[in-house]
Amino acid sequence: MSVKSIFETLEYGPAPETTTPALDWIKVHAGGFGLCIDGAWSPAADGAAFEVMDPSTNKALAKVAQAGTADIDRAVAAARKAQPAWAALPGHARARHLYALARAVQKHSRLLAVLESLNNGKPIRESRDIDIPLVARHFYHHAGWAQLAEGEFPGYGPVGVVGQIIPWNFPLLMLAWKIAPALAAGNTVLLKPAEYTPLSALAFAELAVEAGLPPGVLNLVTGDGETGKLMVAHPGIDKIAFTGSTDVGRAIRVATAGTGKKLSLELGGKSPFLVFEDADLDSVVEGVVDAIWFNQGQVCCAGSRLLVQEGIETALLAKLRARMEKLRVGSPLDKCVDMGAIVAPEQLARIQGLMAQGMEEGGTIWQPSWAVPAEGCFYPPTLVSGIGPSALLAQVEIFGPVLVAMSFRTPAEAVALANNTPYGLAASVWTENINLALDIAPKVKAGVVWINCTNQFDASAGFGGYRESGFGREGGREGMWEYLKAHPAQAPRPEAATEPFAWEAPAEGELPPMDRTAKLFIGGKQARPDSGYSLPVKGAGGRTVGEVGEGNRKDLRNAVEAAHAAEGWGRSTGHLRAQILYYIAENLSARGDGFARRLQAMTSICAAAAKAEVEASISRLFTYGAWADKYDGAVHNVPIRGVALAMNEPIGVLGLACPEEFPLLGFVSLVAPAIAMGNTVVALPSQAHPLAATDFYSVLETSDLPGGVVNIVTGDKEALAKVLAEHDDVDGVWHFGSQAGALAVERAAAANMKRTWTEWTRRDWLGAAGEGREFLRHATEVKNIWIPYGE
Amino acid sequence: MRVASPVDSPVEAAGPGAAGGVLPAAHARNPIHPFDLDPVRAIRINRSAVERRVGSLPGRRTVKKAWQAAWLLRAITLMDLTTLSGDDTPGNVRRLCAKARNPVRQDLLEALGAAELGITTGAVCVYHGLVATAVKALEGSGVPVAAVSTGFPAGLSPMKERLAEIHASIADGAKEIDIVITRGLVLRGDWEALYDEVRAFREACGEAHMKVILGTGELATLTNIARASLVSMQAGADFIKTSTGKEPTNATLPVGLVMARMVRAHLEATGFKVGFKPAGGIRAAKSSLEWMFLMKEELGDEWLKPDLFRFGASGLLTDIERQLEHFATGRYAAAYRQPSP
Repeated sequence: MSVKSIFETLEYGPAPETTTPALDWIKVHAGGFGLCIDGAWSPAADGAAFEVMDPSTNKALAKVAQAGTADIDRAVAAARKAQPAWAALPGHARARHLYALARAVQKHSRLLAVLESLNNGKPIRESRDIDIPLVARHFYHHAGWAQLAEGEFPGYGPVGVVGQIIPWNFPLLMLAWKIAPALAAGNTVLLKPAEYTPLSALAFAELAVEAGLPPGVLNLVTGDGETGKLMVAHPGIDKIAFTGSTDVGRAIRVATAGTGKKLSLELGGKSPFLVFEDADLDSVVEGVVDAIWFNQGQVCCAGSRLLVQEGIETALLAKLRARMEKLRVGSPLDKCVDMGAIVAPEQLARIQGLMAQGMEEGGTIWQPSWAVPAEGCFYPPTLVSGIGPSALLAQVEIFGPVLVAMSFRTPAEAVALANNTPYGLAASVWTENINLALDIAPKVKAGVVWINCTNQFDASAGFGGYRESGFGREGGREGMWEYLKAHPAQAPRPEAATEPFAWEAPAEGELPPMDRTAKLFIGGKQARPDSGYSLPVKGAGGRTVGEVGEGNRKDLRNAVEAAHAAEGWGRSTGHLRAQILYYIAENLSARGDGFARRLQAMTSICAAAAKAEVEASISRLFTYGAWADKYDGAVHNVPIRGVALAMNEPIGVLGLACPEEFPLLGFVSLVAPAIAMGNTVVALPSQAHPLAATDFYSVLETSDLPGGVVNIVTGDKEALAKVLAEHDDVDGVWHFGSQAGALAVERAAAANMKRTWTEWTRRDWLGAAGEGREFLRHATEVKNIWIPYGE
Repeated sequence: MRVASPVDSPVEAAGPGAAGGVLPAAHARNPIHPFDLDPVRAIRINRSAVERRVGSLPGRRTVKKAWQAAWLLRAITLMDLTTLSGDDTPGNVRRLCAKARNPVRQDLLEALGAAELGITTGAVCVYHGLVATAVKALEGSGVPVAAVSTGFPAGLSPMKERLAEIHASIADGAKEIDIVITRGLVLRGDWEALYDEVRAFREACGEAHMKVILGTGELATLTNIARASLVSMQAGADFIKTSTGKEPTNATLPVGLVMARMVRAHLEATGFKVGFKPAGGIRAAKSSLEWMFLMKEELGDEWLKPDLFRFGASGLLTDIERQLEHFATGRYAAAYRQPSP
């Protein structure tokens, strides 16, 4: 093209980023990339390998090892061997290592960016200006946590050996999100990059070895889903961290159920992008570009559901179509494109398949007039309108550059539509009215809410989902907890002294004792069990001390409905909840003697121990009354002109399977933190000793607690816990019982990815381990709300 | 941003090519429209989002090699080569005009294969007192003379004198009049008074094209800038222009984005195209390209021609010449080798 002719047309020309250094680096490994285990490189034990491609040309780039059983065993052993010494390093020493990794990423930033774009297909602008700088930022930030961890997380230490499985959409950034907090906390790591996109991770592992990271601390194993399965199933791994599809996440939840492996999952989404009529519409359009045409829409938190207030829908969609016409799709290595290639032919086919299916349902599909390159995996930006929330395309995660637009009439309807999804990862809210924005943000079920912006990420702010978008947070203080566990418990508490309970038969001529019927407690009312059956409660010496209702599925259904009806509790003030918790304590104290006698009758503990349990329960209620208005969120120091509010939100409806021991204290220790944080609960008391809990409802009835906040269902605890875990409208289950019960609960919980907290080892309920922030963390979700400001 | 409602019957009939200058105008001239407060009030600007858009633009668009050379040549044709100093004399203005006629060394143009494009700058911009000198110096070149006017830069002299200044510059041969608004009217939200002021200037300009300088560095917020832009276009602006170059902050990309979006809103509402001129502080070839990317992306290719887009610049040309020489020779260039104005 001559200068003269370009002068007339003023077209953008080609602006290729050079690939030579990256291709040269690949060429050095022409024989194939190995696995990085114990600081050394080797091929897979069985020699298996596979090819990785450049999706913009569909040509092979490199050959990569496929790790098998022997390799995973070796990597786990290396990580295990390295872990004690790594954890024993002073925080400052680990901080230096992480700092060196941050520096290494910066020093080789362009090589990493080019490799990322070559292998993944994302535009070089994104890998160069967004991915790689965020990678360096993550290591810097977590070098800081390594430095501070000991002081900031007293009583906590590393989980051990962590297996991490990451997706192909942000290959190196997801590596950083996984590795940095794990290493900062003193864990050692096996990381498996996605099968499509291992190159930047391989380059990073080389840099880590060169930077002097001790052998075995970071082990990089490449492979496909089979390799991932080996990691998930490996008994030598203490925690699995996974980012990827909800289906695979669900399989991992099932596979790790009942093993005690710690788990964090960051899964799919169908995130709403809410536009109110007073928004800056031109800026909204650019927001949409950043929401759904960032990384070709292959973003778990992509704003893929555009929800527009009806009065501005036509105007906004017209602006959007005009903007789409100006987008440029082409070679990922061209510095003048907005979108590159879809990661692989299979993914392209998946998008095409979903679109073909969706088109059969009707609706309007709009694409720009220009064509995408014929060679390679390209898909044009696409706008789907004229469909309802029930349409396939409005429901499934397409994971491509496809935006679905729908309208709403009122803020309440906007929230209802936004939440009408099994997912809950992110949301974007656009309005110039701060009252509206800050009203909507807490109502949207999403772990991240961006006000007047979208797809903002930073190491200091937690990222993660609600519902089937997974659990656990990455980034910030909240993210560090995923890689920490409490130091091994103190010496087990000595068993309480027991003495035979003095059964007193009525004397000659005295009236027989008054019968007391323990019922279920549902919706603030005493309820007879649906089954119509009662179960005997055996006390000291095998004597029947009472009977409780045999609760069943229907009782639980009713209890869950009552708990949902009471959700206003979560919106009440902390002060109100504190007052009620103190009042419950007051009323328990007034009946303390009765509770103590009941405990003695059920468990044969001595009078002093029974009194101590009652007193500890009263104190515990005070503890959470105290916390109710003090468990504050945070304002994260994100690098924008604005704030990121980390709000602690109640999880919702919690099922609580209470410990068998300490029938009163165990029950109070779970119920009190849950309701202090605004959850409503269905509590399953100690199966062997349920009468303390059933006595407790008359305390609740006199304490101004709204009906439905606490529901109590007695019966076969483990069976009932499984029903609660299976219930799709229960948001979380805590299970303190047998390991078999934990397995059943965690397996069942996979269906709607509800949060679980299971424990089958004895806990010192009387001591410090029986209360505190650990319980509050399990009772809350952290929602990060990004609020840029400036007029 | 909200789109203004269409005006059914513009006060002044428009005719294509009604420009008073020698420039070919491909579009109908923006007439005076009735004052309409509703769309002005409805404007919403989110500053952080605006800044993100312009922040990512230079990373999203670039031109290299021959494309860069061609774009830079075009940039020259968009330039209002400007001198607005207290010590301007006929001598330095004549030198400036000579540079406007031949902005690039002939050997360079030939090396670029662009000799027959007949590159000149878009205009020469001076104070009223030097209009006559410039008109004479540019005779036959086709390069129009623009005069800053109406009590530039503060715009606070008596209305009668400001109007008289417009008439005087037109009488001396200026084809374009760069007027300044009373910034206080914006800060006080007196939009109707602003409309009346700009409309009076427009009526005084007659056939001469009017560029409305908003003095954005003194308007405090992007919302104010957007509102002042829309009112100025209702009142008949041919161009809206950012700055006098004398305010504490000059033309910035966020301001440019907001003004460009207002040009688009006015077009959507009325069907009339208005030009845009960033001025002040644009000194690097690279930043001139960024402004052009902004125009191409937000408004389209028509806003890369001198009838709808200009740079106000005094130091930019030398840097563009250096970049052109670099492209032609492969060697980095020195300023002293480019003929000075």
